[in-house]
Amino acid sequence: MAINTTLLSESTENSPDKQNNFVIALAGNPNVGKSTVFNRLTGLKQHTGNWPGKTVIKAEGTFSHRNRHYTLVDLPGTYSLHTSSSDEEVARDFICFSRPDITLVVCDATCLERNLNLVLQILEITDRVLVCVNLLDEAERKGIHVDIAMLARQLGIPAVGTAARSGRGLESLKNVLDDMLAGKIAIRPRQLVYDPELERSINKIEKRLAPYLPAWINSRWVALRVLERDFSILEHISNHKNNDFPRQVLKEEVALCLP
Amino acid sequence: MPHTLSLADIPIGASVRIAEILTPGNNRRRLLDLGLVPGARVEIIRRSPSGNPTAYLIKGAVIALRNENAAQIMVDTN
Repeated sequence: MAINTTLLSESTENSPDKQNNFVIALAGNPNVGKSTVFNRLTGLKQHTGNWPGKTVIKAEGTFSHRNRHYTLVDLPGTYSLHTSSSDEEVARDFICFSRPDITLVVCDATCLERNLNLVLQILEITDRVLVCVNLLDEAERKGIHVDIAMLARQLGIPAVGTAARSGRGLESLKNVLDDMLAGKIAIRPRQLVYDPELERSINKIEKRLAPYLPAWINSRWVALRVLERDFSILEHISNHKNNDFPRQVLKEEVALCLP
Repeated sequence: MPHTLSLADIPIGASVRIAEILTPGNNRRRLLDLGLVPGARVEIIRRSPSGNPTAYLIKGAVIALRNENAAQIMVDTN
């Protein structure tokens, strides 16, 4: 997996017209129609089905819209980005280290609440997020109305409603991707604020870590992982930076900050 | 008032509200990510023939839990 993601980021960074090529990560809970969105956007007939690990190996497809070229990377369906399974680790590493231009999070309109956990977790890593509320047709059959504009306002990021099976909403999804990349959409993502005691610990660890972290990584998010005693994130950063990142020293140092 | 009933004690078809999760550490995080948060409504869907695991409907998704995990999730029956 690590090799795969490296290859992808290198190939896009080295490509001659990088300014016109964009990588979109496709994330979401299991069973939200993520693969249908993928197939609709790319025209690629990816095998659909549902069993654990089916999409652990990422699928990639391409499409073009308004003169921009997109590589869409289908991440495994997960409820979370905590690394308790290989699926979650693949999704987290891609969003964190391969730095897609936009992460498109597909949600199930019939049970939106449970999907927002993942949206908020992704927003802790990156603010370049577009929410796609899919299965609107199923929600309507169940008498559920989703106020997409309100959702976007509450999250501080764009949201689009779709029914990917029939293709509904996919044109505007592509338009919003384009508008985001053109900088036409103001993004003020909702930041989760924890209780004061937790915030103090986060700040303390973040201050200690920040000087050693690459500029593109969200130091608050790394501090949160360390606070959960997930030190594997330091290993990952070290592997990715491929230099003399003082992971052992840092690990010991930040351990002293832990409550 | 301490909660005396856990998710493992609830009969099939019943609907309860989560009061407290006693599970510590990473497993606690896992349960929260699955939607098992205090205040959430849980419906008991079915038990496997051996009695373990049990399927629960939580925030629109069916989640299977082993009894030892369910026993650490305290619930209100109202």
